[in-house]
This record gives sequence, structure tokens and C-alpha cells, in this order.
Amino acid sequence: MVSSVIHVVLLLVMPPLLLGVINKTKAAFAGRKGAPILQPYYDLARLLQKGSVFSTTTTWVFRAGPVVTLAATLLAALMVPLGNHPALISFPGDMLLFAYLFGLARFFTTSAALDTGSSFEGMGAAREVTYACLVEPTLFFVLITLARMSKSLSLGTMFTYPSLQVWLTSGAVMLLLSNALFIALLAENCRIPFDDPNTHLELTMIHEVMVLDHSGPAFGMILYGAALKLFVLGALFTNLILPFKTGNPLPDWGIFIVAMLYLAVLIGVVESVMARLRLVRIPQLLVAATILSAFAMLLIVR
Amino acid sequence: MNDTLRLLGNGQTVALADLTPLPHDHFLETISNHTAHGWRVSSYCGVPDGEATVLYCLLASPMDGLLGVMRTVCSGNSFPSLAAHCPQLQLFEREIAEQCGIVFEGHPWFKPVRFVRSCCPGRDAWGRPADQPLQVGVMDYYRVEGEEVHEVAVGPVHAGVIEPGHFRFQCYGEQVFHLEISLGYQHRGIEQLLRGGPFPRTLRQVEALAGDTSIGHGQAYCMVLEALSRTRPPAAAEALRGIALELERLANHTGDMGAIAGDVGYLPTASFCGRIRGDFLNMSALLCGSRFGRGLLTPGGVLFDLDQRLRDDLYQRLEIGRRELTSAIELLWGTPSVMSRLEGTGPVAPDAARELGLVGPAARACGLKRDVRSDYPFGIYRMAQVPIVTAFHGDVCSRTLVRWQEAQKSLDFCQEQVSHLPSGRYVAEMKPLQGGQLAVALTEGWRGEICHLAMTDEQGRFGYYKVTDPSFHNWSGLALALRGEQISDFPLCNKSFNLSYCGFDL
Repeated sequence: MVSSVIHVVLLLVMPPLLLGVINKTKAAFAGRKGAPILQPYYDLARLLQKGSVFSTTTTWVFRAGPVVTLAATLLAALMVPLGNHPALISFPGDMLLFAYLFGLARFFTTSAALDTGSSFEGMGAAREVTYACLVEPTLFFVLITLARMSKSLSLGTMFTYPSLQVWLTSGAVMLLLSNALFIALLAENCRIPFDDPNTHLELTMIHEVMVLDHSGPAFGMILYGAALKLFVLGALFTNLILPFKTGNPLPDWGIFIVAMLYLAVLIGVVESVMARLRLVRIPQLLVAATILSAFAMLLIVR
Repeated sequence: MNDTLRLLGNGQTVALADLTPLPHDHFLETISNHTAHGWRVSSYCGVPDGEATVLYCLLASPMDGLLGVMRTVCSGNSFPSLAAHCPQLQLFEREIAEQCGIVFEGHPWFKPVRFVRSCCPGRDAWGRPADQPLQVGVMDYYRVEGEEVHEVAVGPVHAGVIEPGHFRFQCYGEQVFHLEISLGYQHRGIEQLLRGGPFPRTLRQVEALAGDTSIGHGQAYCMVLEALSRTRPPAAAEALRGIALELERLANHTGDMGAIAGDVGYLPTASFCGRIRGDFLNMSALLCGSRFGRGLLTPGGVLFDLDQRLRDDLYQRLEIGRRELTSAIELLWGTPSVMSRLEGTGPVAPDAARELGLVGPAARACGLKRDVRSDYPFGIYRMAQVPIVTAFHGDVCSRTLVRWQEAQKSLDFCQEQVSHLPSGRYVAEMKPLQGGQLAVALTEGWRGEICHLAMTDEQGRFGYYKVTDPSFHNWSGLALALRGEQISDFPLCNKSFNLSYCGFDL
């Protein structure tokens, strides 16, 4: 019971903290003091208090975009095990629903962007779906490989399966998988080297440009949804690379939280030490990630 | 001696009476022959004279440090255009058309420049009705037709804190077929304000002409006044002006390199350069109390001396600035992801740069050896040379590299000048301006060649004053750099040129 409460609270409250840690890490690399770690929470509170402005050219699609996106992401989050703790919802084949809930979220984000009729947002939507096509195979190769290894079609079992034993016996597979998943994580969450979440230059944006016209609470939902997505994919990644489990719920929660914070620092470091890729180079890196995950699958099925 | 061009040096004058108006064909032939032999058009302007318009053309020689000026009288409402054969003229001709209401026959790109009325009432090169207000940016843009071609319009309101300008991209997916730039939003009518001067406020207006080039424009204006009054500023003043000009270059180049790093998402250099730029601005403040060098210059010299304590302080600060800037910029060259982002992005071919008449770091990045400091030396640069830095590829990487190497040369120059500052007076008494003269002053601002051209009436007041900011030459270079590139690379290319909107709009 206590564990379930912690599970839900962490799931709902922790995501913006990751953004705060990433930004603090980047500030440290740049020699700056940086915004407070809790700044993303303040931003959300500020946005929720604001009014909304809707363009007269938009339809219900534009208003539905943020709501559907957040709802789909929340639902997907419920299917993910956090650390050693099982998912809140679990059934065989939920990995498919999980993947396509993200697909649904993306469909509505891009539709809402196209609904504004702005040339920028159309460009952003085109970029988003192009790169999503290339990330999806990576995600599926990772899921299929894990499904085969764990002999289960449920995310809950697949992502609690990696243990020290698994890493020792099939380390190569796990290494390939974790690398592919990390690249997919960065791409899906629009982090450098794929997208620059801090840029103000519309012409270079991918994700940010699609949400330019949203304001107030709707924009707050988008930001929170993005943080939640980072948390969910981050949780999958830490489950994969962290084989240490005590079996005791409370220390396991501690391990999980620390691991997630380290992951945020790791993302911050990646963003600090490298520049963005040229837009034309992004598909190459995504295809490379797909190849990594495909090799992992080959090693398992041979 | 050349019988059509009146030759003069940088910071010199010719009597207007000695400038015989040439026949039209002779005038045009001279422009076309000289530009074919590597001369550049530094300035080309129209001065209304009753019903007629007198056209002045200032040509700059590529090798012997000479400038040539000539004039012709256009009595009708039209004049032949040379822009199709000599692209560096195209914007000058449009500017004259807009200001004087002359139609340039055969101009391939005949559109308004700043969307202002001509100074001859009732004459309009585009026949626009006089009772309707002109709206900036409202004109026919070039369009590429086709099912899969789309148009992206950016500005004049931008997402960042930058100046207003309108950019139209004709795109095929992510690829840019054509970029058209339309400016004029910042037009303040500076040239009109200067007429009838010099007034006490004139220097302040010139310093704010392009706010980040206060010293560059201010020095050109002072040189014009000194030429017209036959005053020679003392050696100490020339050295201090040189230091101020190089500090301005250092601050802006540092800011630009940081902004380029920021645009590719490389944080460390972006943050460090932002701070170091502030340090260089503070060095300008050490000279005169203003971070942008306002109030340092005065016709005849400078207003502030640099005593021994300040000299030592400035030398120390330059040393620290050099060390910190070096470590911040070395990070760029040592990071493969940054290099892959900069190399090959937004290239301008050397031939295109020559034809368009690019100036400053943008031209030097294409391998063109163009630098007023060594081509037409002025002030301290007659005695102390600054080596010209060039690069080969003309891409964003070259423009960054040229900035970095120029910054190093500027640091060397400043430290050398600070440690050997001449003693003596730092301001000379100004004599009255001579009437009926045409004065020319060129300086190398951090963006490139700044050209001021002034004509005095019989009483020694400005009858006409023409300012050519380097941005005026270079905006078309940016448009060309984008051809066939990715639209997502536009902000980076734009930053690598970093042109002035208000310097263009005047």
C-alpha cells in the first residue's frame, strides 16, 4: 500500500525535478549559477494561473491537443515499472498499447500544430513525424528483444527482468539495448543533439515550434506532459541499466530516485559537451540507433 | 592621370568645382570598366539639384590605396541601370531611385529599399499614389511556384531580442530555393538630420547610427570634419581612437562567436563569451566611461586621456581577456560536433563575394583581402599595421575563424599601443569647415568598411551627407549564402554575418 502511494506520488511529482536537475547541470558546465532546481515547478504554477489565448483560426483540434497528449502520456506512465516496483497496470501485450499511446499523443500534438495554419508549426510537425518514424523501430526492437529474453509481453515483467545475472550472461545484448534506448530517449524528448529545448530560433526547432501558439494552462500541460515523457522513458532506461535490487521496497525506491537524478545529470552532461546535429544528420544517428537495437535482437534470436 | 575620376586618399577632400559632370555614357563606362578591373563601389548616391539629380560615385582601388570620385547630372526621371552587369550596384541604384524618384531602366530587381517617400515631392520611381501612406515591407516578393514549394515568412517581429526585419523563404521541404530580405523598419532619416550641420548633437546621432559601431561611425564622422577643416589630430588621439576601435571589434567579435556557439547549442563557449564580451565593453568604459565608447571621440581628437595607472590597468585586463577568450574559443575548435555543424554551412563563393562587393569579415572569410585598415590606412593604421586575416571556404566556420584570428590581432594591436602610447596633447583645435568641398572618410568597423561622404555648401555647412554601413553591402551576401541550404541553418548563417538593421535602414 505504502509502495503504491509512493509510486503514484513519484510519478506525478518527480518529472519536473528532472528538468530542473538537467538545467542546473548545464548551468554548472557553462560556469553559471543557473535557475533554482525547482524552477520548472514555479513555471508550471505560473502557467496554470494564466488565462488562455486561442487563435480564431483554430478549431477544437487545437484545444484537444494538449489534453489528449497529457492523458495519453499519463496512461502510458501507469504501465511502466519504476525500479523494482511493478507497474500499476499490467497485462500481456501492454507494450503495444504503451508504444501507441505515445503515437496518439504525437498525432494530437502535430494535428494541433497543423491546425494553427502557421508555416513554422507545419514545418515542426513535418520534422517531428519524420524523426518519429525513425525512432519507432528502435523502440520496438528494444521491446521485442526484451520480450524474447524475459519471455513476457508485459512491460512490467520485461523491465523488471534485467538483473546482475542477465548483465553477466548477455552483457553485449544489454549494452546494445541500453545505448539504443538512450539515443531514443534523447530523440523522443527533444534533447540535444536532436533538438535544443532552450533555443528561441523558430526555424531550428522541432518540438518547441509545434507548441508556439499554446498559452497558459494548456502550455503548462504540454510542459508537464513533456517532463512526464522524459520521466517514463528515463524510468525504462534506468530499469534496463540498473540491475541492483534489494527486494526491500523502501531502499529500492531510494535507489530508483538516485538513479533517475543521475540520469538527469547524464543528460545535462551530454547537452553541455556537444552541439546540436545539423537537421540533415539526425536521421543518420537515429538509423544507427535502430541498427544497434537490431543487432541486439540478432544476438538473442540466433 | 585618370581624366574621368578625381583621385583622392582616405580622409581627404576635393573641391566640388573640380568635379566636372561627365556625360552619362562616360560615367557608366567608367563604373563598368573599373569594377571589371577589381575596383569596388564604396558609395553611389544621388543629390537632388532643382529638377535634376546629380549622381556621385565613389570607387575604391584594389591596390594603391586610392579612391576615385566622379559625378554626372541626370536631368530626367530615368537613368540606365548597370546592376545586371555589376551586381554590387543593385542596392545603391534602388536607394537612389527611392530617394530621388529616378527610374533605373533595366534594373533586374527594382524594388523599394526602406519604403520612404523621395525627397523630390511628386516624383516616385514606382508611381505610388502620394495620398496613401507607405507601409514598410508591403511589396511584391519573388515567388517560386509549384505544388511542393512552400513559403515561410519570418519577422519583422522575432522571437529573440533582435532588430526587426522581414525574411521570405521559398522552400522545397527543408531546402531553401531563395531568400528575400526586406528591411526599412528602423528608418529614422539620419542622413536628412545631418544636412545643414554639423550641429553639436550631430556626433551623438552618428554614434547611435548603428549602436554597436559607435567608434567606427564616430571616427568616420570625425575624419570627415578634420578633412574639411584641414585639422590633424595629435598622435596620442590617433592611438586612443585605434585602441577604442579595436576594443569595439573585440567586444563584438567575442559576442558573435558566443552567439554562434549558442545557436548550435554549445553552451560553454556561449556562456563564457557572453561574459568576456562584457569585459571588453568595460575596457571601453575604462577609456571614456561608456561601455559602447560613446563620448570618447571629438572632432580633432579624443576627449579623454589615458594616464599611466589606467594604461597598466587596461594592459592587465587585455592580458586576462586574451587568456579567457583563448580558452573559451579553443573549446569550439576542439569539439567535433561543433565543427561538423559549422563546416560547410552557408558558403559564399569568392566570385560571388567579389561581384556582390562584400566587405569586412564576411568578405575575408571568402579569401578576399579587403580591409580598410591596410587598403586605405587611416589614423593610427598609417603607422601601425594590423595584419589582414583571411580564410578560404566562405562558410560559417570560416567567418568564425576570421573573427577569432582578428580578435587575436586586435589584442596584439591594443597591447602594443597601450604600452607605447605617444605623449602630448590629445585634442587639436578645430578650424572652420571649408565650403564647396567633398570629403570622404573610410574606416574599418568590426562589420567592415564604413564610408562617410559629405559635401559642404558655400558656408561650410553639410549640403549632403551619405553614410554607407557595411551591412548595406553584406545583406545580399546572406541571401546568397542561404541558396540551397537547409532552412534550419538560417539562424546560424544570420548570426555568422550578424549584420545591422539600423545601420542599413539609417
